Amino acid sequence: MAAMLSGWGRVGVPGREVRSEDLRAITRSAVLTRGLGRSYGDSSLPPPGESWVAATPLADRILGFDAAPGVLRAESGLSLGTLNRLLLPRGFYAPVTPGTQQITLGGMVAADVHGKNHHRSGCIGSHVHSLLVQVADGRVVRCSPDEERDLFRATVGGMGLTGHVLEVEVRLERVPSAWILRETERVPDIDAFVAALKRAGPSWPHTMGWIDCVSGGTRLGRGILMRGRWAEPREAPPGLPRPLLRPALPFVFPGFVLNPVTVRVFNELYFRAHPRGVRRGVVHPEAFFYPLDAVGHWNRMYGPRGFTQYQCVLPDEAGPGAARRLLTTLTGLGGASMLCVIKDCGDEGAGLLSFPKRGISIAIDMPIRDRTQAVVDALNAQVIAEGGRVYLAKDQFTRPEDFRRMEPRLPEWQRIRREWDPDARLRSAQSVRVLGDAP
Amino acid sequence: MGRALARLMAARGDRLFLLGRDPKELERSAADLGARAAAPVPSCARCDLEDPASFAAALDAAEQALGALDAVVVTAGMFATQERLEQDAELARRLLVVNFSHTVAFCEEARRRLLAAGGGTLCVFSSVAGERGRKPVVLYGAAKAGLSRYLEGLDHRFRAAGLRTVCVKPGFVRTSMTDGLKQPPFAGEPEAVARRVLGAIDRGQPEVYAPGVWRFVMLAVRALPRAVMRRVGF
Repeated sequence: MAAMLSGWGRVGVPGREVRSEDLRAITRSAVLTRGLGRSYGDSSLPPPGESWVAATPLADRILGFDAAPGVLRAESGLSLGTLNRLLLPRGFYAPVTPGTQQITLGGMVAADVHGKNHHRSGCIGSHVHSLLVQVADGRVVRCSPDEERDLFRATVGGMGLTGHVLEVEVRLERVPSAWILRETERVPDIDAFVAALKRAGPSWPHTMGWIDCVSGGTRLGRGILMRGRWAEPREAPPGLPRPLLRPALPFVFPGFVLNPVTVRVFNELYFRAHPRGVRRGVVHPEAFFYPLDAVGHWNRMYGPRGFTQYQCVLPDEAGPGAARRLLTTLTGLGGASMLCVIKDCGDEGAGLLSFPKRGISIAIDMPIRDRTQAVVDALNAQVIAEGGRVYLAKDQFTRPEDFRRMEPRLPEWQRIRREWDPDARLRSAQSVRVLGDAP
Repeated sequence: MGRALARLMAARGDRLFLLGRDPKELERSAADLGARAAAPVPSCARCDLEDPASFAAALDAAEQALGALDAVVVTAGMFATQERLEQDAELARRLLVVNFSHTVAFCEEARRRLLAAGGGTLCVFSSVAGERGRKPVVLYGAAKAGLSRYLEGLDHRFRAAGLRTVCVKPGFVRTSMTDGLKQPPFAGEPEAVARRVLGAIDRGQPEVYAPGVWRFVMLAVRALPRAVMRRVGF
């Protein structure tokens, strides 16, 4: 059997990755570079007809760290987990971090990742000083907001399609302690949730919520709101947090483990486990930022067919009822699962295909079933009507015509991409599926 | 594996000096070690196993920078698949020379310096490929067999004089060397190998299999009769 390669959603295509400490040696002939393969769908997979992609994790050297401004320069395979582990003791942390630290710097740039602090700090691209990129014809080009600006804007969030990211120079956040002060609170329904996120935004750098996407009626979109900030030294326990233990799911669960009943029970218990009122405490940053990293291979939970995550942003212009309308559609379709995450987003960043824009983002994990395509199509129709868009780093099912309707910036991005790669030599399974590249 | 080992050593405060073929690459690796350990960036010098004339100068530079050497670690070597080596006689000759003759010549140079300084540790990466003659590693394995035997002899001859020889026998480890090869069971990660090797260096253990399970795998492989080895594919 041919080797299979998949993203985090565990839907594979034939292909394999080639790793080397010498990244340039492998990217020269590669059509795509991937990091740790944590994008959910097909962004990091080879297009049909290509048998391999380059992978960066062995190219993970830190080339310089200047503590005065907090600027780090490193090869693109450096993992966020390593970065945080090495630099937290010195008072620095990634300025923007998504929900896992099992990702690479290059992947963070390619997806222009955002975190719980998007409303305040934007995407990672806003903190990147410069990139070293190997473009399609083999040249190695430095780009930044001031130098080769177009290439920079197209590469940040460009899903690796404008060039292979070799090195990243990024400014880290100086933190007052190594601990997070967290508050959590029950929220009764989706409208209250949207209001609570907007209310918390100005005073809390980190906010997000878990929502119950199964219950309907007056309980639609109830959940737990989480807000946090770095603890001040006087609030923090002495010493550094120790790395957390990471047990792993040892095997792929059978498909029936997650069914409407178990999902409903999980959602009910998760909600009820939280007492009424506000709970406040100082927690480990890994527990705050990466609760799911606590279980290795948690993607095996969704069974042999794998899963997808649907993440969209609904702009503020669509009004405060947009989130309710989307959840109503979702519960009507019965597509939801254990994990639905809501957060508010700030302004759009420099990246031309970067996902967030001012509004509310909702992310829903769905085990793959026969009707998943139909569910995604229906959600996309609604997101288009609301003026929103989906996140390519999660996507596996969006149709090209739908993506074009969501993304008015696409022609500008395509124009820049053509300048650097007229034949669209660099491409992925996703770019063939969504952007219309030739296979 | 060398990179992972150097990172562990740097992290605990060992002072390092790097040797390698490409000065630019060495500088980047040195910067990495310095940044990770929040310590001064190690110095480095060019040293190429294909160029024995570079050995003495490189070790001189290391002695000068560190004051004295208490351990020398050799992780360099060449690899190519048996099929490629069979098709390319020149490549096969180069590999045999680099992995055996020149590695031994480098060890001799290091051995003299360590003994002159009153003793120390010489840690060299050989391979489980040298344990039996096997179909996929006829040439590579032969060079590694020679290297392992040399290190064993060295250990017997000079241990009393203070030279502690550590022969590392990695099993299948997921590195760029093995990228693209079919993975056998018990494949290991470079970081785990590095931790084990560092323990062996600290204890002066003359032989270490890494990952540890390969000790038992090779015990079994060594016990297989010749007739069986001839039939099996590995």
